[in-house]
Amino acid sequence: MFGVPLSSQRLPIFPSSHTVHDTLKLDEPGLVRALQAGDEQVFAAVMDWYSGSLLRLAMSFVPSRAVAEEVVQETWMGVFEGIHRFESRSSFKTWLFRILTNRAKTRGIRESRYEPFGLSASSGETDEGPSLEDSFFVTEGSGMGHWKDPPDAWEPDTPERVLLSKECRAAIEQAIERLPPTQRQVMTLRDMEGVGSEEICNILEISETNQRVLLHRARTSVRRELNPYIQGDNT
Amino acid sequence: MDTNSKNKLMRYMAGNFSCQDIAQLITDYLDGSLTLGEQVRFQIHLGLCFACRNYLRQMKYTIGTLRQLPPEPVPQHMKEELLERFRTWKQRHPQSPVKSEIE
Repeated sequence: MFGVPLSSQRLPIFPSSHTVHDTLKLDEPGLVRALQAGDEQVFAAVMDWYSGSLLRLAMSFVPSRAVAEEVVQETWMGVFEGIHRFESRSSFKTWLFRILTNRAKTRGIRESRYEPFGLSASSGETDEGPSLEDSFFVTEGSGMGHWKDPPDAWEPDTPERVLLSKECRAAIEQAIERLPPTQRQVMTLRDMEGVGSEEICNILEISETNQRVLLHRARTSVRRELNPYIQGDNT
Repeated sequence: MDTNSKNKLMRYMAGNFSCQDIAQLITDYLDGSLTLGEQVRFQIHLGLCFACRNYLRQMKYTIGTLRQLPPEPVPQHMKEELLERFRTWKQRHPQSPVKSEIE
């Protein structure tokens, strides 16, 4: 794809996200070859593009942002060391998230004296137990299984506009932080990073069914937190 | 028709999927992992139930909002440190150019 080596395409050190995103979509093998060649500009661009995403995922494993930053640094060290062995059996992104997950898990275990972000004693870590949405429904009598309080139509604002509201943005971020770690990890990968379900199972080493239950529970919790902000006048 | 009869009729028409079933199956539905039979029953229920249609839209909207959340900001010092680590690593591991660069 690249007529000239990536390094001579004058990639800026921290280019616009557009550059790396498009290159990854169009010619991932070319980009991987440039990384394997140790091209500093390409490394800088890729590190710039992915570090925020890695940081977001790392924060669901470890107790503080500072530790998450260290995990991201360790992940990139793993990439430097391992890029020559990368054989494109998965996408580069999946491989990268897998390295981070392994490092973050190790680090999370080491730091276990701390309580992970958002893990409260009452929140379920697994997909077992009653789900949040059970409380939305009538549990006995002829109306069993019907809505106690039927959902209204939400305002037709775009998600972008909703996120412009500071209160709403804070509410959604807090809702994510309060999720049990595994739910947060699945939601981060699926809904925020756009990783496919099969790849998530590979990255987090969970079953397909478990992945879907965790994702569903996470989405249900965040929807509930978002509800008053979209129905009310806060947006 | 009273509410009870209406509920019964709706359940019959929707192949016994209750609103609670619909709420629990939304992620499976959006993922395309329902069986054909379940998908048909799901859609029949949606066609009959305004509240569940609203709930499905709310869930889709929630997912759309999550997609718009930007990644964590990466502090400048961290970017610089990463580059520094890369340079140190590269000095210790000088590599020959790969094929694509020599061709």
